[in-house]
Amino acid sequence: MNRITQKFKEKAADEKLMSLFITAGYPDLESTVEIVLGMEEKGADMIELGMPFSDPLADGPTIQYSSDIAIKNGITIDKIFEMVVEIRKRSEIPIILMGYMNPVLRYGVQEFCEKASRSGVDGLILPDIPVDEDEIIREHAEANNLPLIHLVAPNSSDIRMKLADSKSSGFVYCVSVTGVTGARDGKEVSDSVDRFIERVRENIIGNPVMVGFGIKSHEDAKRIASNADGFIVGSALINTIKNSYPKPEWKQDLYSLVYSLKFGN
Amino acid sequence: MTEETKIKYQQPNARGYFGQYGGKFVPEILIPAVRALEEEYELASKDPSFNSQLNELLDEYVGRPTKLTFANRLTEHYGKARIYMKREDLCHTGAHKINNAIGQVLLAQRMGKKRIIAETGAGQHGVATATACAKFGLECVVYMGAEDMVRQKLNVDRMHLLGAEVRSVESGSKTLKDATNEAIRDWVTNVEDTFYIIGSVVGPHPYPMMVRNFHRVIGDETKRQIMKAEGKLPDYLIACVGGGSNAMGFFYPFIEEESVNIIGIEAAGFGVDSGKTAATLTKGTPGILHGSMSYLLHDKNGQIELAHSISAGLDYPGIGPEHSHLHDTKRVSYHAVTDDEAMEAVKLLSKKEGIIPALETAHAFAWLENLIPTTTEDQVVIVNCSGRGDKDMGTISENL
Repeated sequence: MNRITQKFKEKAADEKLMSLFITAGYPDLESTVEIVLGMEEKGADMIELGMPFSDPLADGPTIQYSSDIAIKNGITIDKIFEMVVEIRKRSEIPIILMGYMNPVLRYGVQEFCEKASRSGVDGLILPDIPVDEDEIIREHAEANNLPLIHLVAPNSSDIRMKLADSKSSGFVYCVSVTGVTGARDGKEVSDSVDRFIERVRENIIGNPVMVGFGIKSHEDAKRIASNADGFIVGSALINTIKNSYPKPEWKQDLYSLVYSLKFGN
Repeated sequence: MTEETKIKYQQPNARGYFGQYGGKFVPEILIPAVRALEEEYELASKDPSFNSQLNELLDEYVGRPTKLTFANRLTEHYGKARIYMKREDLCHTGAHKINNAIGQVLLAQRMGKKRIIAETGAGQHGVATATACAKFGLECVVYMGAEDMVRQKLNVDRMHLLGAEVRSVESGSKTLKDATNEAIRDWVTNVEDTFYIIGSVVGPHPYPMMVRNFHRVIGDETKRQIMKAEGKLPDYLIACVGGGSNAMGFFYPFIEEESVNIIGIEAAGFGVDSGKTAATLTKGTPGILHGSMSYLLHDKNGQIELAHSISAGLDYPGIGPEHSHLHDTKRVSYHAVTDDEAMEAVKLLSKKEGIIPALETAHAFAWLENLIPTTTEDQVVIVNCSGRGDKDMGTISENL
């Protein structure tokens, strides 16, 4: 069974799975494998490994920044596959690659899907590939048992939610606010999210749902994901690294946040 | 008004593809917006009252039809084919960009959107959008690369005067590509009340088709005017290509006229092999940027490369998807000229015809050096004089 599906199967009824996004190659190439394993130890249930792109148009300043640094550090798709292979030697945590289509296209869609699968990748999130355009990669993803995880947003119609459900496997990614990625004031997110998740629940019945965008604390996560299967955090982690790297305790600062996101303080 | 040429060439298809190029590669959040735009444009384009309002504005406000001027001294200078200029530089605001800005502002109004955003490179599209927003009393925010704001300070001042807010973009190369990223991010965030006026034949469907259609008036007028002046179709059309809106509007009504050789000129920058170029079709390969599949300048890892051109309006690492299609099918031949060649063309056109062209436009004129020696005296060449050079005087002075 796919590791993502397995993880949801093992989940306790009242548990919320926590998926953590970090940009591969940020803050340096050497740390990515170690911090993935460290975050798992502190409570991460899944990892989204960002494949940096020079022009991340769905991302806010935080992830733009980490992407720029990672590209300067020399990150490539091959290096990301090597990282996944290293993680797989020591962990069975589900790993989802998240990034924009152009680097994948340039790499070669077939070769990308084959190598991703062989390295131990469990799914793909491509924010600039809406369901309408996913045939650009669907055939090769399916041939290599790589689930495509589509996104839905508060302005997605019921029909589009159903479409995303039917074209996704693993889970469906619910974008909690209309906007780019980035940590937000908790109230800004929660006011409208309840009705949205309610609608998601009515329309998305074939997959678990994970909520992301704007979550930066355990309280945010509890509130926003109360009716979802789990939550996704990204920019808040990158901000923490940005604030403490390269001080000796930067990994500890990150792990403290990870623990508190999952379990509270 | 000028009657539109009836043509059988049917691009894009219903999914917004020109051959294999185009599409809608945008985040899910924007799908409702591009769909709504697609539907509204479809209705508007068939609505006689929309079209009559648009045509009235093009006539009374933009100053259309623009002239087709015989370039007698330039023709004499080269001594071969007869050279004409389609005078988009005479449009209100000084370039063709206003044709599209007016069209899209009318659509925004129809859709009840009160807030307009735009990206701009040279500032011409920003000025055109700010102008149209002033005329219709709409809020206008223009994203512009910090580097371009220095290069095109005059246009920044014009936008301010017209009541627009100009937001400086500090990310990436600080030019048009990055301004476009920021505009898309704004659109993602404010999609409910905001209309994004894209300034070229780029972006997700329906923009490449819609922007082309708002500019096809250039080609439709040219066809009628040259038939009157010469009694025949031209042998050559030349236009500069960055994103490619002036070229697409100019070429489109001639696409099925097989006797017409169509030439698009990209910016070679320091030279196509210098690593400092904006010659996307000459040096690029297919990829996905800003919502559509098209040729791109990108490295082996798929990271977008920084384009370079002396002309801010051509300084873009992508190109409209229809140009990619016309390149692959060889209906249009694309070439590139360098910064220096464009500067020489600025000087030549100024001295011979009393027209100071925009640096973008000068790229099209520069190709005459290569083309005219291969022509004969009975042939006719039309260059799209897409904009005037006042905005470039700073850069031109530095390079004289």
